[in-house]
Amino acid sequence: MSKNLFSQTEALIFDKSRPGHKAYFLPEMSIEKLDKYRVIPSHLIRRTEADLPEVSEIDVVRHFTHLSSKNFGVDTGFYPLGSCTMKYNPKLNENTARLPGFSWLHPYQPVETVQGALQLMYLLQVSLAEITGMDKVTLQPAAGAHGELTGIKIIKAYHDSRGDSKRTKIIVPDSAHGTNPATATMAGFQVIEIKSSPEGDIDLEALKAVVGDDTAGLMLTNPSTLGLFERNIKAIAEIIHGAGGLLYYDGANTNAIMGITRPGDMGFDVVHVNLHKTFSTPHGGGGPGSGPVGVKEFLAKFLPIPTVEYVDYKDKYKFNYDVPETIGRMKSFYGNFPVIVRAYTYIRALGADGLKKSSEYAVLNANYLKKLVGKHLSVEAPDRFCMHEFICTPKNIQETGVHTLDIAKRMIDYGYHPPTIYFPLIVEEAMMIEPTETEGIETLQDFAEVVGAIVTECKTYPEMVKTAPHTTYVKRLDEVKAAREPNLRYRKPIVV
Amino acid sequence: MNYIPVTELEKEAMLKEIGISSIDELFRDIPEELRFKGDLKLPKGLSEYETRKALIKLAKKNTDMNQLANFMGAGAYNHYVPTLVDHLLSRSEFYTAYTPYQPEISQGTLQNIYEFQTIICELFGMDVSNASVYDGATAVAEAMVMACDKKKNEIIISKGLHKEYRETVETYANGMGFTVKYAELEDGITPVDAYEAQATDATAAYVVMYPNFYGCIEDIQKIAEAAHARKALMIVSVSDLSAMGILEAPGNLGADIVVGDGMPFAGPLSFSGPNIGLIATTDKLARRLPGRICGMTVDTEGKRGFVLTMQAREQHIRRAKASSNICSNQALYALANNITLSTLGKYGLKEMAENTLTNAHYCRDRLLEIDGVEMLYDQPFYSEFAVKLPIPARVLQKHLLKSEILGPVDMGIFEKELSNVGLFFVSEIRSKDDMDRLALAMEVIINEQKFI
Repeated sequence: MSKNLFSQTEALIFDKSRPGHKAYFLPEMSIEKLDKYRVIPSHLIRRTEADLPEVSEIDVVRHFTHLSSKNFGVDTGFYPLGSCTMKYNPKLNENTARLPGFSWLHPYQPVETVQGALQLMYLLQVSLAEITGMDKVTLQPAAGAHGELTGIKIIKAYHDSRGDSKRTKIIVPDSAHGTNPATATMAGFQVIEIKSSPEGDIDLEALKAVVGDDTAGLMLTNPSTLGLFERNIKAIAEIIHGAGGLLYYDGANTNAIMGITRPGDMGFDVVHVNLHKTFSTPHGGGGPGSGPVGVKEFLAKFLPIPTVEYVDYKDKYKFNYDVPETIGRMKSFYGNFPVIVRAYTYIRALGADGLKKSSEYAVLNANYLKKLVGKHLSVEAPDRFCMHEFICTPKNIQETGVHTLDIAKRMIDYGYHPPTIYFPLIVEEAMMIEPTETEGIETLQDFAEVVGAIVTECKTYPEMVKTAPHTTYVKRLDEVKAAREPNLRYRKPIVV
Repeated sequence: MNYIPVTELEKEAMLKEIGISSIDELFRDIPEELRFKGDLKLPKGLSEYETRKALIKLAKKNTDMNQLANFMGAGAYNHYVPTLVDHLLSRSEFYTAYTPYQPEISQGTLQNIYEFQTIICELFGMDVSNASVYDGATAVAEAMVMACDKKKNEIIISKGLHKEYRETVETYANGMGFTVKYAELEDGITPVDAYEAQATDATAAYVVMYPNFYGCIEDIQKIAEAAHARKALMIVSVSDLSAMGILEAPGNLGADIVVGDGMPFAGPLSFSGPNIGLIATTDKLARRLPGRICGMTVDTEGKRGFVLTMQAREQHIRRAKASSNICSNQALYALANNITLSTLGKYGLKEMAENTLTNAHYCRDRLLEIDGVEMLYDQPFYSEFAVKLPIPARVLQKHLLKSEILGPVDMGIFEKELSNVGLFFVSEIRSKDDMDRLALAMEVIINEQKFI
């Protein structure tokens, strides 16, 4: 019987289980097996095995290979997911992260045996400090949101250390990523949301109206989530600093500015960057990421422990646990080290020139694509140059009744991953497009033509768009059913 | 080098389309005073070949475990990971994908999460798992957030929880208005009284590690009963995940939230590497879980498929009121855990755990033959045990390296007064020869060092 792998449902690995099949071979024991009942209290011994599948090696390999064919990655095609910087993930980085001298290390090995790992961490810290214009960097945070939490805790520690306990509020613009307000809450702050102008700029008057001696800080993304540079950043910094607050830089959009401008020079006190966005490490289907945090000198004493230091007179690297006013520890060990190796590899390969050129071409590609897509859809801020991403909407074809979601789904039929949709929240029906610098002109042209073709379909045959995608392994999925009748794990059918 | 596929001619064409003559004009919104002048102080870029050489040079400064017999654990446990895992992880449809927000073209990632959630529930004896958090330490912190609210705002943690986990929980608790109290150990385990002595009406949960940081197997059933009598939740943090092949699932002993770290099954330890925080709970508490959860559903044609679900808990919807701020997790290592545990299967995990138990006890017996070496605590253990040494653990470590042996973990780095305590981890991959060699080398070193 012939089967079409690409349309066939892939059985769960549990359904492939057949008694007696095995895919593992453990080292043969030359010691007599210990009777577990002799050494562990019987009520703490497992009565029934965890019901894991019994499958052969070839079954495992085929199962996951089939699953991979039902996925779309950057290597599959154009992935213009705004705010996520889905740039090409260099294969060189995959190899260096797997070098035995990096991958086969234990976290508690004597420090003399991991000098290369510490040196790499130190060099990445120094590089990120230079790129962002900060003084000291920690690589501990495991992701962007984890970096935000680290940074906001540092701001809290700063105010607490001055006995300034009335600063209970963090200001967040309504255009911010959802992680910003969620982070501020988790750090124990009250979130004050302020309105942005239609172009995503901070409304200075609105800002002045909310700042005061209870302001702990402001969280800001620059370029903003609308892909525009916040021109008033100096004035904003003055307002916040003038009120005694600190400025936090959400580095999601750093890919637009490397070598061009630096958050440290704009007046930010704390920044995080995402190694899995700007510094080319893969997103892994949702992680691991890495969210290093950089601070100005006066905040260095609050960094999480341990920090990685260079000891000049010994020409050695070490972990430093003696950070008297540290916010504490953010996770076990030292950060997502394999991600750190990849990002360092990238920075080492590109150097200052390559990084700057990457940002320049990220912005060039975005503006070029904005121009082309603008021929078919409404674009936000049409008179300004965007940075690395831009927003468009189907406002110009409103009468067709087709929504952003439909257009996004229809893009899939043409072989593209959709952009980020319905974000930022302040733009109705937003589609946020970020091409990155690793795409060529033909891809951009073809994508814009596809947008044009879909717009024509919206006018002539809207049903086609509203029911898209048509060519995928599954069609639109019932999310309401998923939420109302949660089926979150497999359970073996009960045989009567 | 760079990864930009645009030629000079193409660049010119693009600039022309935009209506400008240089890329620089695109940055006109950036005030002149904020433009970075000159070059970033970074080493000059390299070719691919040179970059690889530079990285190999750095890697060579480290001593990798492949050259050694490893006896270090303490949160980073080295078990067998099948070769096929890295090959399948390297399929770039998996690793170059983003979070599966477009389910129609992300069924590979989504089905994996669903299978992963099932496997974690099976291991822990729980109803629901999420798609992962950062690591074991943040998993305990997230479990605390799940358990606590304004009224019940304190947790009591056993001193047998990994030191770095305790520190992480304290960082998270500070600021959220939660109080962390500690239950002291008695002879290596946490007596119920130690919790009871601290408990109040505001106690939201008891937390215990299983087996604990010193390797001792705690009676989590007794502690869970005591927690429930106090209307508090029982949070169990599983240390060496392979223990789930031999120890009763915490869910069957009364746990309400079970956390752990899938690092042993995610790949080589990588210094601070493939951590993956596991967190599973009961149906009742499912809506308090942090982060992403995958559910099964159907498409418009009735075909089975998977989506991210119950998203009303999450930061991109709930913003300031979300159950956590977590966005990126450790998805690729969830895939690795699914692959490893599917490969091991029901009986492989059991065999791994039983061989580990056998080896660890053989090793302990051999070490206790050495004059002056004693167990720190005499309690049931699984893969780890702490011994008192007549010399500092740090010194022993240093000399064992010369015999190509890595370990034990120097407990002095966690508690100063334990600098003469070594924590040994032994798994199914250690041969009898490795352990005999360790015992022999240790005996020689101790005899030499005692007289210095």
